[in-house]
Amino acid sequence: MKKITRKDFLRLTGLSFLAAGAIETTRAVTGSAPSANASPAAQSSQPVRWGMVVDLQKCQKEKNCDICIRACNSAHNVPQFDDPKHQVKWVWTQPFETVFPFTQSSYAGQSDAQAPVVLMCNHCASPPCVHVCPTQATWKRDDGIVMMDWHRCIGCRYCMAACPYGSRSFNWFDPRPAIAHINPDFPTRTKGVVEKCNFCEERLAQGLSPACVEVCPQKALVFGNLADPNSEPRQLLRQRFAIQREPELGTGPSVYYLV
Amino acid sequence: MFMFEKAIVGSRRYWIWLFCLLGVIAAALCFYLYQFNVGLGVTGMGRDVSWGLYIAQFTFFVGVAASAVMVVLPYYLHDYKQFGRITILGEFLAITAVVMCILFIFVDLGQPARMLNMILHPTPWSLMFWDMISLGGYLLLNAVITLVTLTAEREEVAPPAWIRPVILLSIPWAVSIHTVTAFLYSGLPGRSFWLTAIMAPRFLAGAFCSGPALLILFCLLLRKMAGFDAGQKAIDTLAVIVAYAMSINVFFILVEAFTVLYSRIPGDVAHLEYLYWGLRGNHHLVPWMWLSVLLAIVSLVLLLVPSWRRNRLLLPVACVCVFLALWLDKGLGLIVGGFVPSPLDTIATYTPTLPEWSIVLGIWAIGAFMITVFYKIALGVRKEVGEMEVHESTLVAGTASH
Repeated sequence: MKKITRKDFLRLTGLSFLAAGAIETTRAVTGSAPSANASPAAQSSQPVRWGMVVDLQKCQKEKNCDICIRACNSAHNVPQFDDPKHQVKWVWTQPFETVFPFTQSSYAGQSDAQAPVVLMCNHCASPPCVHVCPTQATWKRDDGIVMMDWHRCIGCRYCMAACPYGSRSFNWFDPRPAIAHINPDFPTRTKGVVEKCNFCEERLAQGLSPACVEVCPQKALVFGNLADPNSEPRQLLRQRFAIQREPELGTGPSVYYLV
Repeated sequence: MFMFEKAIVGSRRYWIWLFCLLGVIAAALCFYLYQFNVGLGVTGMGRDVSWGLYIAQFTFFVGVAASAVMVVLPYYLHDYKQFGRITILGEFLAITAVVMCILFIFVDLGQPARMLNMILHPTPWSLMFWDMISLGGYLLLNAVITLVTLTAEREEVAPPAWIRPVILLSIPWAVSIHTVTAFLYSGLPGRSFWLTAIMAPRFLAGAFCSGPALLILFCLLLRKMAGFDAGQKAIDTLAVIVAYAMSINVFFILVEAFTVLYSRIPGDVAHLEYLYWGLRGNHHLVPWMWLSVLLAIVSLVLLLVPSWRRNRLLLPVACVCVFLALWLDKGLGLIVGGFVPSPLDTIATYTPTLPEWSIVLGIWAIGAFMITVFYKIALGVRKEVGEMEVHESTLVAGTASH
């Protein structure tokens, strides 16, 4: 038998690495976009596209209400950092004029411009974050939910630059010490990864509605299947005038605001 | 291995310089371990300005890497002989700059240990995948080219014929690395400051003046420190290249400014306003951006007047001005300016922290270390060949006189 010299061995190893890389690349180029992880609902014959309708009038009835934000934070172990630079936000509020810039004339009342608008990931139909992610750590499911794999994310923050809605947060520090009460039913994250609202996919899998929707005392958040013409959000969207955030970008947000 | 014996003989000054650089690198490594342990929160970045100095430096040095094409193209495509002595310097500069780029990306990652996920899960619809391919390929091309041409030079034979197509391939490849890097930014729907088709041309123009400017400075430095003469003609031609590229770069910036300021679309104007006039009381970057403008004007005046451009004292001043002007414009303003104001109209103040500056300085030190060793090798090989020629000619002269 021919002896394998060190040189041969190195050469062979190098070649097999190259071959493995080539196979992966070919698979990626020829294969389809990130494979969707179908939820139970999506497996039925009805197409599903989860979406949310926010009734701003109802939402703003109770001043300084943050029940939905707190429910989300405790359900998902969202860390609380004091420095605004390092905050992690899944559901939060911002003044109307910053959320919908240029939609109001300068004659509108100051209180309207400053009224808080509840924000979350828009779960876009064509999500820029998914397009740019170099590791497919974020992807879109068939039911429209934009998901995150916190074990695959390398923390390059390209998705944060790509998201036109500021919906993505990075863990600048270890998040665990910044969580008051850890919910054992939901994973905590590590430092150096990006996270965002997941439309409570873990609750949807159990047939529950999202935590923020469930706790809202005014029933201002309406969640449902946008693909179903008879669903509650679709009925609302037929009856009342609704806007999306920056629809002109073509991202197709799944969160609508009744004004 | 690869003529490294040339790098381990040197003067006292050479060794002191290298050890100083090693000291800076060691300090940076400590700061990096601190960042690695505590998180990227030790930098000045935050949820609104989520890329800072690291990515900006990456962008700038991709340009320096691409600029090698400005000596390679005239020499190999137009047979411009004057660049024969400095193409190797340009190629070594390219290798160094690409390594620095990879390091800048590496220190910016939140989970650097997972970096290979980019290869494990190749994602061709992400521009970052193509940036990895183009930078890696460019590094490989230049490593092969320098190794083969320098070996040939040492053995005093013509380089093998197969290297020529490799060198020719490196020319469009150099253009590709900076184009793909520009596409990283110019394809994002929500960032109007970057969403411009002139981004890639502007990057290239900026690269083709800042890189050759650096090369001129290196040539002048080598003449002083190591007695290496790049040739006055070569330096003059490089200066002309810098003059043209800088003019085009400034023109592109003005074109961009016209579109934004004349159309007066508020979302587009806001970024320029923040950078050059300050936005709602935040004047953070204003002095730096105007310094960049001032340096650009000074450099253009010095470069466009032929007698000043050829002046031995003014040319290095002009080159330093070009380099600093672009460093401020591309290595700072371009990235931060794209994030402020944020899509939610937040004006975040970004100030790089001490660990951040130290890590950046450490990567520069790695670059300086690499370029020192590379140039030492290149000049060492030249000297050896030169001495042998002198020796042979005296031998020939000696036998003739007998």
